[in-house]
Amino acid sequence: MEKLSFRLTAPRCAGGTRTQAIVGVVASGNLEVLLERASPADMCTIDIATAAHGFGAVWDAVVRDFVARRSAGGLRISINDGGARPDTVALRLAQGVRKIEEPER
Amino acid sequence: MTLDDTLASLFPNGSKIATTGAMIAGQAILPDGGPVHVLGVTQGQPLGVDEAIVLAGRVIEIVKSGDRAPILVLVDSASQRMSKRDELLGLSEYLSHLAKSLLLAEAEGHRTVGLLYGGSAAGAFIATALATATLVALPGAHPAVMDLPSMARVTKLPIDVLKAKAEATPVFAPGLDNMMQTGGIHVVWNESAPLAPQLAAVLRRPQGQDDRARLGAERGGRRKAAEIADRVVTLAAAAHQGAQHG
Amino acid sequence: MTTAKADNVSLSWYEASARQRIDAFVDAGSFAELIGPELREMSPHLAIFDLPEQFDDGIVVGRGRLDGVPVLVAAQEGRFMGGAFGEVHGAKLTGLLRAARALHQDVLILFDTGGVRLQEANAGELAIAEIMRAVIEARRAGIHVLGLIGGRAGCYGGGSLIAGTCSRLIVSEQGRISVSGPEVIETNKGIEEFDSRDRALVWRTMGGKHRYLIGGADAFVDDEALAFRQAAIDALKTMRGCDVAVLEAEQKRLERRLQRFGEAADAVEIWQALGIDQPTGIPALPTAAFLRAASNRENADDAR
Repeated sequence: MEKLSFRLTAPRCAGGTRTQAIVGVVASGNLEVLLERASPADMCTIDIATAAHGFGAVWDAVVRDFVARRSAGGLRISINDGGARPDTVALRLAQGVRKIEEPER
Repeated sequence: MTLDDTLASLFPNGSKIATTGAMIAGQAILPDGGPVHVLGVTQGQPLGVDEAIVLAGRVIEIVKSGDRAPILVLVDSASQRMSKRDELLGLSEYLSHLAKSLLLAEAEGHRTVGLLYGGSAAGAFIATALATATLVALPGAHPAVMDLPSMARVTKLPIDVLKAKAEATPVFAPGLDNMMQTGGIHVVWNESAPLAPQLAAVLRRPQGQDDRARLGAERGGRRKAAEIADRVVTLAAAAHQGAQHG
Repeated sequence: MTTAKADNVSLSWYEASARQRIDAFVDAGSFAELIGPELREMSPHLAIFDLPEQFDDGIVVGRGRLDGVPVLVAAQEGRFMGGAFGEVHGAKLTGLLRAARALHQDVLILFDTGGVRLQEANAGELAIAEIMRAVIEARRAGIHVLGLIGGRAGCYGGGSLIAGTCSRLIVSEQGRISVSGPEVIETNKGIEEFDSRDRALVWRTMGGKHRYLIGGADAFVDDEALAFRQAAIDALKTMRGCDVAVLEAEQKRLERRLQRFGEAADAVEIWQALGIDQPTGIPALPTAAFLRAASNRENADDAR
């Protein structure tokens, strides 16, 4: 496993009141994303454990783009990756934010 | 030790045990004079629908007799029988039925003891030895889930790599020591001493809870199972209380 | 807020994840997980093999309501390590079954598993044995333990043995139940014994329709979360317990199966012996027509 960590300034804070959300599964070409409200409102931390070694630069680009474009502030994001492609990663991150922002019932 | 030697050492007061194909069944006398039922799979044979239904039928007859005598299950088997016919007929139901009959016997007051004296693997191991209240083994017994060459094929790892990893953990590789450390086997008997008193000692154990996960934690082979299971029970109870009073 | 209704949306059981299945299955908003992913109770053994871990170790366990009644639910994630039983994965289910006995609540197991996880085979094998024991202890205390089978990974190996201890089984056509998987039989006994690439053979030997026809499952439903839900609600109303009478009845049932079908070379022969008009047409039948054709099936009733 390769471990990567990012701590980024987030322009927008995640909405909603759910304390956590999880999307995806760990499988070949897939990943799980766990989102928790555990960072300052203007920060987003992302910790990744990935089965595919040597893709640090790709992860860097994907997570920076995600934090810049979505409301990721206040989130601690943890990822277990089974070797997903960047577009799948971006999709799961977006799904994760959508899920943690869903109204509670 | 041959099966005959083992039976002679277990039952110096005599036994009447018949072999039918790969199965054995009969009765013996314990040192204290009480009866003990004996049944099992021998000669390293696979356990299929035909064998499982006979063994389960025998256990159910014993339970219905109401004698509450102990049941000793001798095991030297291969794995479940791997065949189209067995699966077509629903092998999982037959193996479960055998396991259930042994669990029923225990719940109805029979002590159930498994004695692994040879091999056993996978579904056959679960349906027989692992369905008894206390599983003991003789030195040289060799339980397995899957043999290492097959495991190498499925995990796509070279067998040498698997062997090296097996040195570091008892959690996956076959063998008596590993099954002992993970808590599946209560004790390995001393075969140079008479077996009768060793069986008597097992039969004196208090009856009750499944302590295999706790043994696995104490022996270091399975550190998390007992704690996780206990934690689920505690959390469920706490949540239930909260729901009732909240 | 909790209502005694499910979310009224169509969801393929086969395609859904473990979490999606639970959400669609229990009363809307009623599920509360025990040892959730945020606690990161992952397998301590996968790192030895440099394999990725999952935060819930491939099984979701918790409390919920089914038609207003409190129940305990476990769902395996068949896409993670084939839904296989490892140490943590198995212990979560063992704990849930023991909790069921303490709380006197019924248990629903949403199976989706290839069996024992080989990377922790001894721990997985023992977990299966501990779970089977816990199922029987719960059942003897009057608790229902229902098995629901229709996931991608099927219900194989030790999972199929656990299923065999359940009080009722609900399957869809996709729900395969078998101890040895097709590849395992072929690898060990040769392609003449079982051709694992012959998918039609796999489905008619191990699939939900065949299991339902021989009495290996009690209810057959569409590949729909709401169909599984309704079948489970109905199943909870049936007889409870696991005493000598139940096992004696199962003994007779399984002996009868061997007498009736023991010589059959293929599932189609068994379906023919059941008196089905066009046995070769069974695999293609939609649910309603299949259930009509299955009216003379072997019924497990309460012999399980």
